[in-house]
Order: sequence, then C-alpha cells, then structure tokens
Amino acid sequence: MKTIISSTGNNAASPFDLRFGRAGWFCLLDEETGQTSYFKNEYQDTGHGAGIRAAEKAIELGATKVISGDFGPKAKELLDKFNIQMVILTDDTRTIHDIVHKIRN
Amino acid sequence: MRKVVAPPGFKGYKPYGFRQYRGQPIELLYEEYEAIKLADYDLMNHLEASRLMGVSRATFARVYESARRKIAKALVETREIISVYGNAQLDKSWSLCNACHARFTIPPKLTTKQCPICKSTQIQSITNENNHIIHG
Repeated sequence: MKTIISSTGNNAASPFDLRFGRAGWFCLLDEETGQTSYFKNEYQDTGHGAGIRAAEKAIELGATKVISGDFGPKAKELLDKFNIQMVILTDDTRTIHDIVHKIRN
Repeated sequence: MRKVVAPPGFKGYKPYGFRQYRGQPIELLYEEYEAIKLADYDLMNHLEASRLMGVSRATFARVYESARRKIAKALVETREIISVYGNAQLDKSWSLCNACHARFTIPPKLTTKQCPICKSTQIQSITNENNHIIHG
C-alpha cells in the first residue's frame, strides 16, 4: 500500500507540511517495505488549483492513502472519486520520520 | 441543514487584558464558522461556498453576514465566543480516531475499520459526536 505524506523537505527529518496543495514536497511511502521517495511539488506556488494538482499527483503515483493537514473541496472530491483515503493530522511538530514510524508500528 | 466539512477546532475564544467584561458569551454556530472559513480563509466566492455548504447563495450570504456581525459584536463588547452546533450537518465522510486524534475518510473499498495512523479501532464517525467539541 502506497501512502503520500505532505512534507516541507525531501528527507525523513523534514517537518510534516500541514498544507496539501501547497506542500513543498510529497513523500511516497511503501507501507510494507518502509521505503520512501520524495517528489517536489511543482505547483507549490501556482495561482490556483494547487490542491487538485496534488490530488492528481497522488493518483499518478498510485497512492491509496494521503496524509496532510487539510484538504480543499476540489482535492477531496477527486480523491474520493479514486477511493483514496484522506487522513488529517493537525500536529505540525512531527517529522516525516515520526509519522512513518507511527504507521509502521 | 448546512454542510460543514469540519467542526471548529475550538470550544470558544475568551478576551484577555480587558477592563470591563460584558454580558453573555456570543454563540457562533458551526455553519457560521464554516461560512467565515470558506469566504475569508479559503477565499472562495459566495457562489462556490454556498454550493459546498449545500445552500442557496442568498442563504449563504445571510449566514456569513450573521457570522461577521457576531464576531464584531464579540470584539467590540469584549465578549466570549463559544462555538455551538446550530443547524449544521457535518460532512459524514470523516471519522475520528480517539487514540491519536487523526481525522480520516473511509473509502467504500476499505473493509478494515481502524485508524490509518495508529491502527487503533477506537474510531467514530464525526457526525455521531456532535457534542464532542463543545463539551470535550
């Protein structure tokens, strides 16, 4: 199962990003193996439609779960349509490592 | 009924450092909070916001106006704001984990009813805990 986690940076020590569409990076986690890879969010500074672009990216990467701080209505609609689970965490003090560790234990 | 995606994350707001405390708290309804969030935080226009909340544009405008007036009144009259349920219908797709407080959707294909973060089975639908935020 593949999971996307919104991240402020491109490594496990990076703090979790509460923003979905405007996250700096997306961490793609394989929950079985624990392997992670990072993808830069090309639409971070786009004028509008960042959320839907991020949702499209999640679909393209084959994610079945997306973890972020909030989801806009358009992103939610698209993720719902593709049966992708959305998870909202509101604690921005956690790093990507903390979240990965919690999911896998 | 007005759809609310997520209830406010607070039970209330209290003024501090005031000279004179006046009157009863102002009751801000969930849908009023949602109207302010959509219009002034998510920067949606009234038409988009009204569609999202499942009400007419005129109704949205009324709820939004009421919300602004209440907040103005609370600020000017140094009153507390408390969030109350009102006529909101929470977007029922969200569930809450009572162990780690993650909120999440459960897609129809998913059969396991557990928290996607901590694997706890202590989860509940947000719609079934209307009083959770208010009475904590």
